[in-house]
Amino acid sequence: MWKSARRGAALLCAALLASACAGGEQASTGAQSQGKVTLSYGVWDATQQEAMQELAAEFTKTHPNVTVDVQLTPWLDYWTKLKAAVTGGAAPDVFWMNGPNFQLYASNGVIAPIEEQLDTSVYPKQLVDLYTYDGKLYGLPKDMDTVAVWYNKKLFDDAKVKYPADDWTWADFQEATAKLTDAKKGVYGIGATLTSFQEYQYNTIYQAGGYVISPDGKKSGYDDPKTITGLKFWTDLIAAKQSPDLKTMTDTATLQLFEAGKLAMYWGGSWDVAEFSKNDYTKDKVDVAPLPKGEKQATIIHGLANVVSAKTEHPAEALEFVKFLGSKPAADILGKKGIMPAYNGTQSAWVAAHPEWKLQTFLDAVSYAVPYPISKNTAAWQEAELTHLTKAWTGELPVEQAATNLAAQMNELLAKE
Amino acid sequence: MTTPLTGTAESRPAAAAHQARRRRPRSEILWGYAFIAPTGLGLVIFYLWPVLQTAYFSFTEWGAFGGHTWTGLENYTRLLSDPEVGQAVLNTVLYTALGLLGIPLAIVFAALMNRPRLRGVGLYRTAFFLPVVTMPVAVAMLWRWLYNGDYGLVNQVLAVVGIDGPNWIADPATAMYALVVVGIWSSVGYNLIIFLAGMQGIPKELYEAASMDGAGPVRQFFRITLPMLSPTAFFVSIVSVIGSLQLFDLVFVMTGSGQAARANPAYSRLQTVVQLFYERAFVTDDRGYAAAIVIALLVLIAALTFVQFRLQRRWVHYA
Repeated sequence: MWKSARRGAALLCAALLASACAGGEQASTGAQSQGKVTLSYGVWDATQQEAMQELAAEFTKTHPNVTVDVQLTPWLDYWTKLKAAVTGGAAPDVFWMNGPNFQLYASNGVIAPIEEQLDTSVYPKQLVDLYTYDGKLYGLPKDMDTVAVWYNKKLFDDAKVKYPADDWTWADFQEATAKLTDAKKGVYGIGATLTSFQEYQYNTIYQAGGYVISPDGKKSGYDDPKTITGLKFWTDLIAAKQSPDLKTMTDTATLQLFEAGKLAMYWGGSWDVAEFSKNDYTKDKVDVAPLPKGEKQATIIHGLANVVSAKTEHPAEALEFVKFLGSKPAADILGKKGIMPAYNGTQSAWVAAHPEWKLQTFLDAVSYAVPYPISKNTAAWQEAELTHLTKAWTGELPVEQAATNLAAQMNELLAKE
Repeated sequence: MTTPLTGTAESRPAAAAHQARRRRPRSEILWGYAFIAPTGLGLVIFYLWPVLQTAYFSFTEWGAFGGHTWTGLENYTRLLSDPEVGQAVLNTVLYTALGLLGIPLAIVFAALMNRPRLRGVGLYRTAFFLPVVTMPVAVAMLWRWLYNGDYGLVNQVLAVVGIDGPNWIADPATAMYALVVVGIWSSVGYNLIIFLAGMQGIPKELYEAASMDGAGPVRQFFRITLPMLSPTAFFVSIVSVIGSLQLFDLVFVMTGSGQAARANPAYSRLQTVVQLFYERAFVTDDRGYAAAIVIALLVLIAALTFVQFRLQRRWVHYA
């Protein structure tokens, strides 16, 4: 018995040693291979993985010594994992960045500014501004999205309502919503979604002439009367029962309600093309119209950017790769894959992919688009937005009160940044 | 303690024998430690060390990408004045208390299943145990659909009898109770198995004697089964209280994961302490404060467990 126990222990030790050796070997090959460079590229969207791999392969064609390893981390874990990787010094060389997280990464020196002078006039200015921090550009825009109204033509026909005109206003929208609501059939004009500020509240706030955060990022705009008007736009619809109440929208997402023919309109991003073209119900029943005009015309523009880790061992190659990803040939490949590229003039393939829809609407909207509001720690006040506005959406507090409370907490959070 | 030096002549042989038993060969002791080393090391590295680290971090403030500064008791003073913490503790304690109702339920089911010559007992046991082996996330997703206010099965069944059911998990008035039902449903199988084992350990003679004295099955249950089962019930209540206080996955999935959960009107009634910890640690990057929250939870768990151990004298019978 002792013998076998000893042998077992010896085996265990051997196994441990072997695995330790294997680990060491892996680490050393990465450092030793000179000339040959492997860049890691962190992304979160599984539907774009193929396109990213194609871009990586394309880059290797012109840079034979560089291979790119596309690393997919699903959205839910992406930021948590990235933060842990950054803390442990193991961030990917190049990775996707979005607006709400950008300033946090830039201000902490986690990503490297692009020192080289590049021609940024080929991208929408709002996106270049979005990824500029302290006067320095940190990322090249990869794709872009704007928001418009997706509407159900069948429900419009049934209610004998004219399809939205390109120059329609808040009043037109409210009139249509009222007519489209049919309590007996369980159909509502719109769902006043609370969980996507990018598609709902931010748009109406800027349309009403209000603002979410001051340009210097120091002050909340939620106590501005015009901002409150932009919020009331939605709560009024719930109060008039032209939108489902918050409980219903919590149980069933508005996207699902729209795809079940229970909502006549859905404010959605250009990214919804992929969703609505696959859904059997929506694919031949919906179309796109611009967001209605309030005091101003506005839509939220956002887009992802490719950024370089400040700690990368191959800064030159990483920057080359980011420049390639922001180039016209890369944009053309993206457009063919159903992703709206940020590079000006390359979106025609994206628009042409669905001639049945007026996708040009999303592009035309860029001219009056407002960048997604952000600050250094966007996540902190985005949580506050939900906490406080939930009370306005349920009617527990008047909108003015909830918005003022929100502004107070947001100002407190901004002061700590 | 008796040692050979001070011992009398008479006690010597016994003491020597005792010594012989205690003094094992040195190598044997070493091997003993070697065998517990993997578990011991794992415990120290993966449990004890993180606990100590967390305790330390609860006195610091963190940046989003690591790096921390000592802030003393600041996190704890903030904790005491944070209404969200108070509400989360209240929710968690309420869930735990209501969850204890699952224990009598499990005892009753176990007693029914413990009857001799019961047909299809294997089927019942499997049916009750199935939720235990199912992933909590899957359980939560499923119940989320069942509870859907407009399309859920629960409300469709209620509609048959003319009741217009609420949006169970989106309505502040019902959300907590809906959650407790799921919690009990998914744990009753585990408790039931433990109670069954406990019941089968009760000597048959007790029942035979009781039936000779004319006690019926109900009386036997209350006079024999329940008292003899109290040590098992004590164990189950300790384990389920600790488990309930650490509730996270059910709420996380049922309210809609991520920040969107806050748009659930019932969220403030559902948020548990661990959920709040998760939000502070991983959503708003407030890791020092998050550490303080879990240390407070540790204290709460220790306190409640201590109270339970004190109370056991009143109701647990060790045969």
